[in-house]
Amino acid sequence: MSKHKTLKDFEQQIRECVKCGACQANCPTYGSKRKEGAVARGKITLAASVLDGETKLEKELLQDMSMCMMCGSCVTVCPNKVPTDQIVGAMRRQITDEKGMSLIGKGVETVLGHPKLMKTLIKGGALASPLLFKKVPESSGLRLRFPTPIMNKRTIPPMAKKTLFDRFPEFIEGKPGMPTVGFFTGCSITYMYPEIGEKMVRVLKHMGFSIYMPHSQGCCGIPGLSSGAGKLVEKLAENNVKVFGERKVDHIVTACASCNGGIGEYYETMKADYDAFAHKVVDIQVFLQQQGLVEKLAALPKWDKRTRVTYHDPCHLRLQGITKEPRAVLKALPNIDFVEMEGAGKCCGLGGTFSVYHYDTSKDIGAKKIPGLKESGASHLATACPGCIMQLQDNINHAGLSVEACHILDFVNEALDDLKEGR
Amino acid sequence: MIEDRVVRILEDIVGKDNVTTAKTDLITHSYDATQQKFLPEVVVHAENTEQVAKVVRRANEEKIPVLPRGAGSGFTGGTLPVEGGIVLVLTKMDKIIDIDTDNLTAVVEPGVVTANFQKAVEKVGLFYPPDPASQAYSTLGGNLAENAGGPRCVKYGVTKDYILGLEVVTPQGDIIKTGGQTMKNVVGYDLTRLFVGAEGTLGIITKIIFKLLPKPAAKKTMLVQFETIDGAAQSVSEIIRGKIIPTTLEFMDATTIDCVRKATGIDIPEACKAVLIIEVDGDPDVLEDQASRILKIIEPLGIVGTRVANTPEESEDIWKVRRSVSASLRKVNPNKFNEDIVVPRSKVPDMIRALEGISQRHGVPIVNFGHAGDGNIHVNVMVDLKIEGMDKKAHDAIEELFQAAVDLGGSLSGEHGIGIAKAPYLGMELDQAAIAYMQTIKKALDPNGILNPGKIFLEKQPNEVVGH
Ligand SMILES: Cc1cc2nc3c(=O)[nH]c(=O)nc-3n(C[C@H](O)[C@H](O)[C@H](O)COP(=O)(O)OP(=O)(O)OC[C@H]3O[C@@H](n4cnc5c(N)ncnc54)[C@H](O)[C@@H]3O)c2cc1C
Ligand code: SF4
Ligand code: SF4
Repeated sequence: MSKHKTLKDFEQQIRECVKCGACQANCPTYGSKRKEGAVARGKITLAASVLDGETKLEKELLQDMSMCMMCGSCVTVCPNKVPTDQIVGAMRRQITDEKGMSLIGKGVETVLGHPKLMKTLIKGGALASPLLFKKVPESSGLRLRFPTPIMNKRTIPPMAKKTLFDRFPEFIEGKPGMPTVGFFTGCSITYMYPEIGEKMVRVLKHMGFSIYMPHSQGCCGIPGLSSGAGKLVEKLAENNVKVFGERKVDHIVTACASCNGGIGEYYETMKADYDAFAHKVVDIQVFLQQQGLVEKLAALPKWDKRTRVTYHDPCHLRLQGITKEPRAVLKALPNIDFVEMEGAGKCCGLGGTFSVYHYDTSKDIGAKKIPGLKESGASHLATACPGCIMQLQDNINHAGLSVEACHILDFVNEALDDLKEGR
Repeated sequence: MIEDRVVRILEDIVGKDNVTTAKTDLITHSYDATQQKFLPEVVVHAENTEQVAKVVRRANEEKIPVLPRGAGSGFTGGTLPVEGGIVLVLTKMDKIIDIDTDNLTAVVEPGVVTANFQKAVEKVGLFYPPDPASQAYSTLGGNLAENAGGPRCVKYGVTKDYILGLEVVTPQGDIIKTGGQTMKNVVGYDLTRLFVGAEGTLGIITKIIFKLLPKPAAKKTMLVQFETIDGAAQSVSEIIRGKIIPTTLEFMDATTIDCVRKATGIDIPEACKAVLIIEVDGDPDVLEDQASRILKIIEPLGIVGTRVANTPEESEDIWKVRRSVSASLRKVNPNKFNEDIVVPRSKVPDMIRALEGISQRHGVPIVNFGHAGDGNIHVNVMVDLKIEGMDKKAHDAIEELFQAAVDLGGSLSGEHGIGIAKAPYLGMELDQAAIAYMQTIKKALDPNGILNPGKIFLEKQPNEVVGH
């Protein structure tokens, strides 16, 4: 039996759509396509018609279901909180179950079917075609995000020469008597942006924590979810829960919003005993506030030369209601001036694997962020998700702006020297 | 079924990507906010006026129904293809062509979303007042076709009050222009007004010339709690009689308050049986005076408490209460029949009393809130349709409340239009001759009956229409 919720499990919620159309206001794919099949109301109606046997999984239905970032923006404005993002996920899993996986998906599943092979891969063994991915495990969501090397219009950061796991051991000793926190790194940070991971380690160490960063942790599963690879996600979840259970940790911190939504929010909806694990998951910005670091930062004297920084809400945090905490960190920092931008809560256009199959729409959605960004006059666009950073930088490059997309942790790290050691 | 030949012709006009007969697309264009379902035969997206004209011309020749569609947020089924045919979607025609800050006018395409237009004009210090609750997604074309209104209409009037001119595609596929860019214009019949509120049955609006206002400098919002619904209803009449026209005068009855309390946990005392949200706008120095005059007028009418917002945030908090109403009503019963009757403003207390009686007589909860300031009350008959006989009970109650509204000199619908939902009741308000007059116009302009057939009038021939 699958551990995922099925379309049938969502039937009640599907029937609660009152067809008001409010979701049109917030849906990025509808905003770009102006097509009913792209908006939540259309997809919910199609989901209902599949349940009713009125339609089958036809080509056009697959197309409409592919037109979704699973960003949940529609849920925010829906009077009945119909969870279209999750319902699309269930639809996509049903599609892969009935229609079979796409070629990429299949490749990933084959590797996963061989635990031994997977282990070597996770350890970073060289693999397969694109040079770019030499060190990235085959089960990683990054491969679903960039399945081919032929994405010539897109600017992708190069894979790091030394992954995060090459840079740190699994366990980093903190101050005596201090608890251990787990660090769920995620593929993007491990292989593409290990510097963000380094800064995370430095910040956690500064607070005195010991850090447990199991090298056998895998992808969170969000890209897999987005492409309907249900079985893959099950295996990934099982492995992640297992390896983090090998040491006693009270918190599992993430610096990637997608991972946070994946291992925190999504695992909790699965039909398995993952609640205890999921409840430990905490976003670093929230963690900094809980642990009192934000207050300390706020008490520091402001720098003379400050960077003008604005913020982009990653969907996976915004959906969980985490919008105040990242801003609190930014407002507290002595080295920056935080300014709001119009459309901070608009999706960047990445959407799991969406940008792979619909790059032009994805770019179009991303371009909607540019006017607000320009108006803000910021030189840096900070966010809390490496996926967003990559996508935002691509948007910025295409618009010809000289703004840098970066992680909030970059600035926290910069301000850290002003703080006295210890908690 | 539409012949392949016709589909090919449509593809030639608007391009292959803009025509679809896929089952999934037919399903996703079969509904609007009434939640009823009628499958079209083909869905066409138009990108400009010429395409609209050519599609309509062909459809007229072939005698195929054409259903203009905006955001599909209509509450009366206006865009539903009850007789099949072509659903013609206008959401891709969404350009704001011009905002003229010298003449305070704007020219737009019909697919522009209302709130986007409001934002754009406010950026340059101008103001487009009509504010239907669906403004974040409804289209201006849909607003015109239904003559939409909202809370601000007490002071500022409804959509029709802001239209200077139109470009319209006629049922024959001709492109005509009505009105113009000037504030005054008396040349020929006022065709502009004919198309506004016609629900897409007389022509397809492809361009709109709007009149705009300067943006008010400030506003002040108050939430006033009353001991009785009568006190609140009377306050509305008294404020108007006191020659003050607030921007908005929204009211909520006891059941509404109860639902909102449960849904949002907002702190409103049990003793409060009705709420008025009153907003005034204008120059900051006039506002204080207006607000205190209002409070003085309503003081003797049994007030439990008053909350005055001093910052935009506090004002927004008050409006959040109002906006949470619609969704929170489900707490009463799962199914909602939502009517938007309107009565002369002085008759609001009488209407509320009538509604209480109807609710008791039929044994169905009726929840009321809405734009009391212009006499427009959102009446929600809340039932559980799973219980046998409820459907009839609800409809009996609705018929009776329509009658009560008409008897008080009011109307069946202040904002949502007739469509198919209210067509059976048309004869309650309009006399035979008036209906026949309207149908004569329709017949003359659209002899083949291809534009949005089956709407507003139930019967096709004037002499067959029987009043209720
Ligand atoms: C939650 C909710 C709240 C609402 N609140 C209000 C409110 O406060 N006030 C109010 O007035 N209404 C309200 N409505 C009703 C609805 O939003 C309005 O009637 C709106 O004007 C419809 O616009 P639309 O773009 O969705 O039009 P659609 O529903 O697509 O079409 C409505 C009618 O207009 C016709 N039409 C559309 N475009 C054109 C065109 N270019 N030319 C000719 N005919 C056209 C259609 O054929 C149809 O008859 C609400 C609806 C919802 C769901
Ligand atoms: S907002 Fe929610 S209820 Fe309304 S149409 Fe969209 S999904 Fe359905
Ligand atoms: S999840 Fe995002 S992309 Fe998908 S329907 Fe909702 S708002 Fe649109």
